[in-house]
Amino acid sequence: MEIIENKPGKNILLLGNEAITRGAIEAGVSVATTYPGTPSSEIADTFSKIAKYKIKKNKDPGFYFEYSTNEKVALEIAAAAAITGLRSLTCMKHVGLNVASDTFMTYLYIGCRGGHVIVSADDPSCHSSQNEQDNRYFAIFGGAPMFEPTTPQEAKEMTRMAFEISEELNSPVLLRTTTRLNHVRGPIKFNKIEKSKEKGKFEKNPMWVPMPEIARARHPKLIEMLEKAEKISETYPYNEIINIGKQSEWGIITSGVSYNYVREISEELNLNVKILKLGMTHPIPKKICKKFIRSCKNIIIVEELEPILENQIKQIIYDIGENVKIFGKTTGHFSRLYEYNLDIVEDVFLKIFKINKEIKKPNKSKLELPKRPPALCPGCPHRATYYAAKKAQPKGVIYPTDIGCYTLGKAKPLEMADLLLCMGSNAGTACGLAVATDEKIISFMGDSTFFHSGIPPLIDAVHHNHNVVITILDNRTTAMTGHQPHPGNDFDGMGRPAKKILVEKVVKGCGVENIEIINPNNIEKSSEAYKRALNYSGTSVVISKSPCIILENRYKRKRNESIRVYQIDQEKCKKCKTCIGKFGCPAIYFEEDESIHIDMNQCNGCGNCATVCPFNAIFNKEN
Amino acid sequence: MKNNIVLTGVGGQGVITAANILGKAALKAGLNVYVSEVHGMAQRGGSVNCTVRIGDVYGPLVANGTADAIVSTEPIEALRYINYSNNKTKIITDINPVIPFTVSVGSDKYPSLDKVFSELRKNGELYKIDANKIATDVGNIITKNTVLLGALAASDALLFKSDLLLSTILENVPSKFKEINRKAFQEGFKAIKK
Repeated sequence: MEIIENKPGKNILLLGNEAITRGAIEAGVSVATTYPGTPSSEIADTFSKIAKYKIKKNKDPGFYFEYSTNEKVALEIAAAAAITGLRSLTCMKHVGLNVASDTFMTYLYIGCRGGHVIVSADDPSCHSSQNEQDNRYFAIFGGAPMFEPTTPQEAKEMTRMAFEISEELNSPVLLRTTTRLNHVRGPIKFNKIEKSKEKGKFEKNPMWVPMPEIARARHPKLIEMLEKAEKISETYPYNEIINIGKQSEWGIITSGVSYNYVREISEELNLNVKILKLGMTHPIPKKICKKFIRSCKNIIIVEELEPILENQIKQIIYDIGENVKIFGKTTGHFSRLYEYNLDIVEDVFLKIFKINKEIKKPNKSKLELPKRPPALCPGCPHRATYYAAKKAQPKGVIYPTDIGCYTLGKAKPLEMADLLLCMGSNAGTACGLAVATDEKIISFMGDSTFFHSGIPPLIDAVHHNHNVVITILDNRTTAMTGHQPHPGNDFDGMGRPAKKILVEKVVKGCGVENIEIINPNNIEKSSEAYKRALNYSGTSVVISKSPCIILENRYKRKRNESIRVYQIDQEKCKKCKTCIGKFGCPAIYFEEDESIHIDMNQCNGCGNCATVCPFNAIFNKEN
Repeated sequence: MKNNIVLTGVGGQGVITAANILGKAALKAGLNVYVSEVHGMAQRGGSVNCTVRIGDVYGPLVANGTADAIVSTEPIEALRYINYSNNKTKIITDINPVIPFTVSVGSDKYPSLDKVFSELRKNGELYKIDANKIATDVGNIITKNTVLLGALAASDALLFKSDLLLSTILENVPSKFKEINRKAFQEGFKAIKK
């Protein structure tokens, strides 16, 4: 396995996320935890692959890794390990840090002994997220030292070095990344892999229990730590000044992936500028900044999302009383929205430097192109569940939904996703809608989401007897983020056997009295179950059990079993389009002559189209 | 020296794999490289777009109008990213449509292929290729991305030699698929260099 070769100096191409894992392994990480979420998932998936590979070869992986129940649990497990002196890493997507924030905020008060790197993968432009929050605020909010790499190589190095800094400060640190770092491949140069510690030692100390008296004593320590961190920031090697062209009084301050755009455009436009590239952005190195500000008359600040550097630089300018002109977000030059790119940075620079360069409008198709949004896969059991629920009561139902593949139930023709906030919100909002309206409520969440944060709102529903139908789509995997295992599986993230927790047992344990367990591929029976659930006064839970078809077919192929695809008998087909217009399987399409066909390359062989066809025109090739 | 390659298509057609291999080949050629990928929701049959930047580059994303080549596993997906093209861009596209479900459910229309190709021709140097057929003929539809990489190598858009790309592909596929990938690459190459 190339990524774990102990060959210092070797160059390979790695994804930003893989580079973070490599950096942690070079630093001798002992414990790594996560809850999967795009764009962070491959950091953890790489730990998982390495662990499985080594265990298969009867070797010690050198670390413990788990896909935790949720981000809060993930952070707590790694925090405890770091408190015993082990180097630990926790990774999550940006909104995951909201879930873990309760732990995060107080963890910074008590600190750690082993280095602990918390990776936040932010998602400017919401490529695969429900918001584009800027988690750099969390570093400032909680008081965490923060690093922002610009390239995969820096991501690896900054991760490796972050463990040392974390230990020097006895504080967890935040590695803040964005999609264009996480999902960019670039050249990586290996360093030596340090051996990880096997066991930590918990030393009892009152400071680990921040009761009010201790908490009051810890807060000044946190401030002291940040003062020490600022000194580190002043000499941090990735806080650097890069001169482009001749000496001038123009400066640019930037961090993260924005630096790449700034550097390339500055060279391309032959600007005479100096760039202060900040790799450690909390605490910012005030001395370096002051010196830089004093050497400039004009400063451009380039950072995606919030004006966090900009506001701090303005504070410093005020403190030192310099007369420097700022160009940034607060001056209307840059946007607080979405990710940047070369075109955006060039456009703003042309205006600021008053350069006359003809910018050709980008080519545009004169044809209107059909949209190709992501959709529930052909054969996805969620589609059958949705269809059955709608069949039970076609109108007058509100469908709260959740984070996962089933969000895609929003698309036509199902249109069964009406309200979404975050992980687990389906059940909480279902209860609220039941309180506030007289509508019927059917909510949906996945099994991994249920374990993550679906249980507390379910208990609330039972306790208050909210009149809701809560669906748990039990496909036995965390499908959307790449099929990671969860507590409902009998194996864990290291590929070892694990205790499988049955959704229905948990639901029963929460006090739900009306539980319907369905196989969604039996649409008729599933629909009857939904009717009973809707007629029940109080909280009903429908558990829809059918494995993710992508995973199931992968196993079938491994076992050399064939996938029996379906086709349409053109003589029997009356072109009613139920299969397309109501069921909505993306493998089914119609030709210009209106005849309906199934794309053999896309069909996953669930056979549900054959059930929904009113004319029995869809059949399995082999039957 | 810079090389900007855009690879597009539909989730599941091997676009990300092709981009990754192109990146590895560039690294072997001793060049700097950044490959940008779209993950997550794109896996579910959505539109996929990867960019490969080689040489003296910093930003991982290709700027508008600067692509040396657009390689697409599906015709309208080439047109969807036409903002990256200029009139010298080599546009290499497969000719087999994958009908989006938005068309099947009747909310959108798939334009006629003739119009798609004429639109592509207006915006660059168009090379059409039946990669599905070539891949199936050499032994497996999954080599479709290799056929298109062969075509890209033949278009002279790359900063490094085509042999290097072929050897990188062969290093990155399981041994039982090496031979059909070699054929797929060569047939893709021939389809452009007639």
